[in-house]
Amino acid sequence: MAATRELTRPHFSKFRDLISGVSPEDFDQRRRAVDLAFLRQGITFNVYGDAQGTERIFPFDLIPRIIPAKEWEHIEAGLAQRITALNMFLHDIYHDQKILKDGIIPPFYVLSGKHFRREFKGFNVPKDIYIHICGSDLIRDANGNYLVLEDNGRCPSGVSYVLENRRAMKRTFPGMFEGIGVRPVEHYPQELLKMLQYIAPQGIADPTVVLLTPGAYNSAYFEHTYLARQMGIEIVEGRDLLVRDSRVFMRTTKGLQPVHVIYRRLDDDFLDPTVFRRDSQLGVPGLINAYRSGNVSLANSLGTGIADDKVIYHFVPKMIKYYLDQEPILPNVPTYLASEDADRQYIVENLDKLVVKAANESGGYGMLMGPRASQKERDEFKAAILADPRNYIAQPMISLSTHPTRQDDGTFEGRHIDLRPFVLYGEKITIVPGGLTRVALRKGSLVVNSSQGGGSKDTWVLYGDE
Amino acid sequence: MLSRVANCLFWMSRHIERSENTARIVDTNLQLLLDFRNLDDSTLAEHWMPIVQSTGDEEDFLAKYSRATGHAVTEFLVFDASNPNSIVSSVAQARENARMVRDQITVELWEELNRIYLWLRSPDARQLWAHSPAEFFSHIKNGSLLLLGLIYATFVHDEGWQFMQAGKFIERADKITRIIDVRHSTFPEKGAPVNVTQRDALDWSAVLRSCSAWDAYKAAYGAEVRPEWAVEFLLFNAEFPRSVRFCIEKFDDALRAISGVRDRRFSNEAEKLGGRLLAEMQYGSIEEVLAYGVHDYMDLLQLRFNNIGAELFNAYIFQPFVALEDEILVQQEMQQQQQFAAVR
Repeated sequence: MAATRELTRPHFSKFRDLISGVSPEDFDQRRRAVDLAFLRQGITFNVYGDAQGTERIFPFDLIPRIIPAKEWEHIEAGLAQRITALNMFLHDIYHDQKILKDGIIPPFYVLSGKHFRREFKGFNVPKDIYIHICGSDLIRDANGNYLVLEDNGRCPSGVSYVLENRRAMKRTFPGMFEGIGVRPVEHYPQELLKMLQYIAPQGIADPTVVLLTPGAYNSAYFEHTYLARQMGIEIVEGRDLLVRDSRVFMRTTKGLQPVHVIYRRLDDDFLDPTVFRRDSQLGVPGLINAYRSGNVSLANSLGTGIADDKVIYHFVPKMIKYYLDQEPILPNVPTYLASEDADRQYIVENLDKLVVKAANESGGYGMLMGPRASQKERDEFKAAILADPRNYIAQPMISLSTHPTRQDDGTFEGRHIDLRPFVLYGEKITIVPGGLTRVALRKGSLVVNSSQGGGSKDTWVLYGDE
Repeated sequence: MLSRVANCLFWMSRHIERSENTARIVDTNLQLLLDFRNLDDSTLAEHWMPIVQSTGDEEDFLAKYSRATGHAVTEFLVFDASNPNSIVSSVAQARENARMVRDQITVELWEELNRIYLWLRSPDARQLWAHSPAEFFSHIKNGSLLLLGLIYATFVHDEGWQFMQAGKFIERADKITRIIDVRHSTFPEKGAPVNVTQRDALDWSAVLRSCSAWDAYKAAYGAEVRPEWAVEFLLFNAEFPRSVRFCIEKFDDALRAISGVRDRRFSNEAEKLGGRLLAEMQYGSIEEVLAYGVHDYMDLLQLRFNNIGAELFNAYIFQPFVALEDEILVQQEMQQQQQFAAVR
């Protein structure tokens, strides 16, 4: 069993010795205290479609995920390599498109991408950085190798849980941290702010940075307010902003005040109703024009969605080779593209063994878990794949690695987990040690989504390997 | 600060104050009923209907409940989520406003407000309510006072804090006039009451208690409860924190702190109207109120509070060109002109 193996690995032993001194009753009491604290602080997500407006807490597992220093170095190097290549790729496809001309990526895949913004070809983004904040999802296969499952280069969320989980653990087990040697994560907001200030338009000595949220009804609203507060910046909605003469202002009690950098937690499509979706009530008319004029910077930049396309994901190892002339440190999960004749053939014949994903959906939507789906669902997907092959990919079912989780009786059992570290790309690349570990709390389950019995764990990156 | 944030802080504070005042009104009147005998339906209705009217939701109430019993009225004013002025609704709206500006308020305030909200929606609240209404209301009042204390003690006393002060005091002033108005029938249309019955005295002692004014009133006027003295005390007392005069003074202070305009000057309509009302409260008298008629005067005060609130909104919150469709056109025009200029 992987969990048993994990338990006996040296980096887990110190924690195991300490936690074994906690009785099941005591443990239970501490767990309840943490849940209550989360509820009281309103660290909750909204359950859509519930008339009561119920808010639930994201279940929290008190047993941390522990990553030894060596393993983390490997992850860190892999993520830095990856975001560098992705930013070079985005610069390239919005300028000379060498990678397409050299035949590394068939042009069709990029040009047909739903999130490729052809109107921004030739546009120079501030400091030439496209993805400033990246939240790649990592999994480990049965052999313990880390693989990249997907890159989130638009508005990745979850970092507030990283910070709050750590706070909760420190309150619950204050004695443990010193003895075990856990690297801190608390500096994330400062690093984020530093990055945002770095990308300000030229000539602005003391830039005003704001966080643009879709509003209090967004499921990640807690995170938006949390980050804004930690950074000491204003959190604004679209209606708080106004564009005049291609400059962005916010409406304050003392009149209009200029805004220079917008950390937007809003997808491209909603940013500006004069350019994208006209029905969007969330955006700011004129914002894109101000951005084009170089008077305001956006993080992440516009048009990064093409890098999130699951078909483009397939080519990231090739980008790394092409731009950096390096072997990828973190490999991809093997991916079949339905647009390729041979792959498509394989996909439709092996639907019962594969996971099929729509290229531009996220959060578990547009997905088929072949082995667990009914024949009817498989048939529907088959028809959809044949009708629009560009929009589908397939991957083998990877059995996510497991990590020990404490049972009610005090024993440990393995549960499936993944990891989302948060990478910041500003003057330099900064990765806060750790990330969000999501865990499938139900036995045998592979689903880590919060809506389906998923929870989270604190992620401990150790100073050493034991 | 952002106009939207100022608006949210103002209303958060108003709703907190509102929940507390509603709790006060219902609580004292429930206790008062213990002093009465032979309660038939019409006596009950006579007692409770003015309280429903004071919150301005008479129609809503009649649509839902056939009789104005203590149970129906308290249900309506405390737990009814469809009544926008019930305690449950006020707390929910205070919390909703707080949620919109989560980054602007202290953790302590948010956690306490959230705790009261969750508690009100839990079975514990209902149980306590069934077991002991007095304890239930003291829980609400203590919760609100704790929130006000947290605002005072954990916030930076900056512009946002001044907006909360403004919200709290204009709401409190408004509620005081409504509490007075509950028992306006003691008074003739104009002038002082001619003969005051024991029942009237009890009613007015309940009014004073609703405003936590019982001890302060006795210290100022002695043990005898006379309705016109009670009104005078609640309107004009300079030191009592639940008199209209006191509230308007504090409200005026808050507006001046926001704009930085000194005494006897004004920079917007809200300051002008507020300053004018303040002068009246400072130099007015109960005789004038009686001559005007108590009920009419309360109506007039409420109207003026509303106007001041609206002018405050105009001065700081509302900004023109908010219609999205129009703004889209403006932007497109500007972009067209720029393109044209570039071509030339």
